[in-house]
Amino acid sequence: MNTLAQEAEYQARRGPQAFDAWLAERSVPIVDGRSVTFVWRGEADEVLLRHWIHGLVGGLPFHRVHGTQVWLLSIDVPEGSRVEYKLEVARWGERRLLADPLNQHAAADPYGANSVVHGHGYTPPEWILPDSEARAGELRTHHLHSQAFGGERRVQVYLPARFRTTRRYPLLVVHDGEEYLRFAAFKTVLDNLIHRLEIPSMVVALTQSPNRLEEYADDPRHARYLVEELVPELERLYPLVQKPSARGLMGASFGAVASLSTAWRHPGYFGNLLLQSGSFVFTDIGNHDRGPLFDPVVKFVNSFRKHPGRPTEHLYMSCGVYESLIYYNRSLVPLLQKSGMTVKFSESHDGHNWENWRDRLREGLSWLYPGPLFMVYE
Amino acid sequence: MSQRIVLIGPQRLQPTLNQVVDSLGVTGRVAAVTAGWEEREGEDRELSEHLGGRTANLDVWARVEDIMSSDSELVGLMRHRADRLRAAHEFYRLRLAHALDAARELLKRQADPGYEDLLQAEQEGALRTVRAVDAGHLDRVRDIHAEFGAAAQPARRSAVIKHRQELQRVTRECELLCVAGGHVIVLLHRLALLDVLTVWGTSKPIVAWSAGAMALAERVVLFHDSPPQGQGNAELYEPGLAAYEGVLPLPHARKRLRLHDAVRVQLMARRFAPDRCVTLDALTRVEWDGTRWLGAAGTQQLTPQGHLTEVSA
Repeated sequence: MNTLAQEAEYQARRGPQAFDAWLAERSVPIVDGRSVTFVWRGEADEVLLRHWIHGLVGGLPFHRVHGTQVWLLSIDVPEGSRVEYKLEVARWGERRLLADPLNQHAAADPYGANSVVHGHGYTPPEWILPDSEARAGELRTHHLHSQAFGGERRVQVYLPARFRTTRRYPLLVVHDGEEYLRFAAFKTVLDNLIHRLEIPSMVVALTQSPNRLEEYADDPRHARYLVEELVPELERLYPLVQKPSARGLMGASFGAVASLSTAWRHPGYFGNLLLQSGSFVFTDIGNHDRGPLFDPVVKFVNSFRKHPGRPTEHLYMSCGVYESLIYYNRSLVPLLQKSGMTVKFSESHDGHNWENWRDRLREGLSWLYPGPLFMVYE
Repeated sequence: MSQRIVLIGPQRLQPTLNQVVDSLGVTGRVAAVTAGWEEREGEDRELSEHLGGRTANLDVWARVEDIMSSDSELVGLMRHRADRLRAAHEFYRLRLAHALDAARELLKRQADPGYEDLLQAEQEGALRTVRAVDAGHLDRVRDIHAEFGAAAQPARRSAVIKHRQELQRVTRECELLCVAGGHVIVLLHRLALLDVLTVWGTSKPIVAWSAGAMALAERVVLFHDSPPQGQGNAELYEPGLAAYEGVLPLPHARKRLRLHDAVRVQLMARRFAPDRCVTLDALTRVEWDGTRWLGAAGTQQLTPQGHLTEVSA
């Protein structure tokens, strides 16, 4: 047990008031270098830390400070980590998953919210916060009929501040656009990075799928929708640079699979790919263990590994080291590099979540779309 | 250099231009260059209102667009120059990166007692190398511009002559030239093509900020210490229009430079000496009064020791 955990235990034994006073001077979980101490207070039969760190035993047990209602758990967390978790509290035969009531940091995702530990050395980037000096872009909503899918599709289009029809803009097409907006502060990030001149003023199409697990899993209809319907329509509506070098495609998780598979089916159409925590599960032998939803993904990635071709020119890929997908993502890098594409791969001490993807946006976007930072002084 | 030149901080959020204009005793028309804003050149209402509606935009960006639309041979020569410049910059960056890495590493070092002279000699040698790389690049860029000038002969082209004559007519009625920021190279090349500074002459004052201040300097240095990609190596990009000498303007210095990093500050100051590297943040001002540079309170320059000091100190 580390010194801080020992101190926590000592304070807990001194009684609730002493512990309250001691705790009030600290943020919980208590981060002391690499050591993180979690605290739960209350009656329970068992308290577990539920996390999404691949490779670490799931459900790490807290220990109760004898004679108190204080439960403690200390673990080592590498420098710069961001860890999402919940507490599992067992009482009278019932188990409940809770956000940590003592922790003010939470991260939202489509399934709810998790508590978050900011490990030593991690601070949320300042460019994710609204900047009063940054001019705001605009979101417009379009509905277009898709022959590929046989129905209407909704797409939101981000237009940069000071958008004008007399110039031409690069285009980035984003999978799960609404989630990027809601959970990864995407509009604020675009406003800020454009304001900082770290990326050029650009048009961003935020797409959404009603059935992403099917349509993003190497569905030929999806690739057709993007290449033959969406992009041509956007090029008709907006002043875009109609060249592969100015077109990009991005997504996270299954959205990354959809991005790569679309580019693979239409090589050279998109000059830039931004793939975050791609669900690039493959097999070298036998069947996979990810369930039937992954069948088309595995089939695609296996085919891609056999015949990668050269789907794009520039490819940025990122993955958290706490994800089970890190193995697949790392494994793809040499293959991608060999294909002649310019590839950048980035790892983070984070998991499969929207804030991880948010935190990598600056690096990925500015690498694929370098802004006029050195040229413009307003 | 007898012309009054005033360099001021960025004007978007905390404009001070009207105060500067008043302090210069200018009561008449003000010629404005907003070509650095490129296709937004004409969106100068705020600037005009700030100066009480007495600006005459010289339309430098639009004039060059007009020239290019009517002179395809000139456009071809400009593209050829741009390609040559791009290649020159690319090669320069490769050498520069290594030279700067060595200089930074040596400037970070502390010598053990008795070895200070050896370290100092290497530090000075590393700085000489950086300066030599800069100087060589600047020579090559000058040559490229000279090749372009000889081939294109802009002053003999009818479209250029026409716009220069119009500029002479417009500027004759103005008492002050103000040059706004934006894209520094677009601004520089367009001002050069129309020879705006010659048209303006040396008897009436000039106020410039951000990229405007950079384009008018002897040397155009591009800089950012913390870009999202790369080392943040300041680049001596091109010769400027040399409306003034002795100052290297650093607009938005607080945002763009790590001013608490003594090694970076020192390297910048020593690399570009004897010019003074002046930080031009909001509300700052440095002025050439015909005999010397004067800084307003709070206007700072980088020192060879790696600190900041008031310009007038």
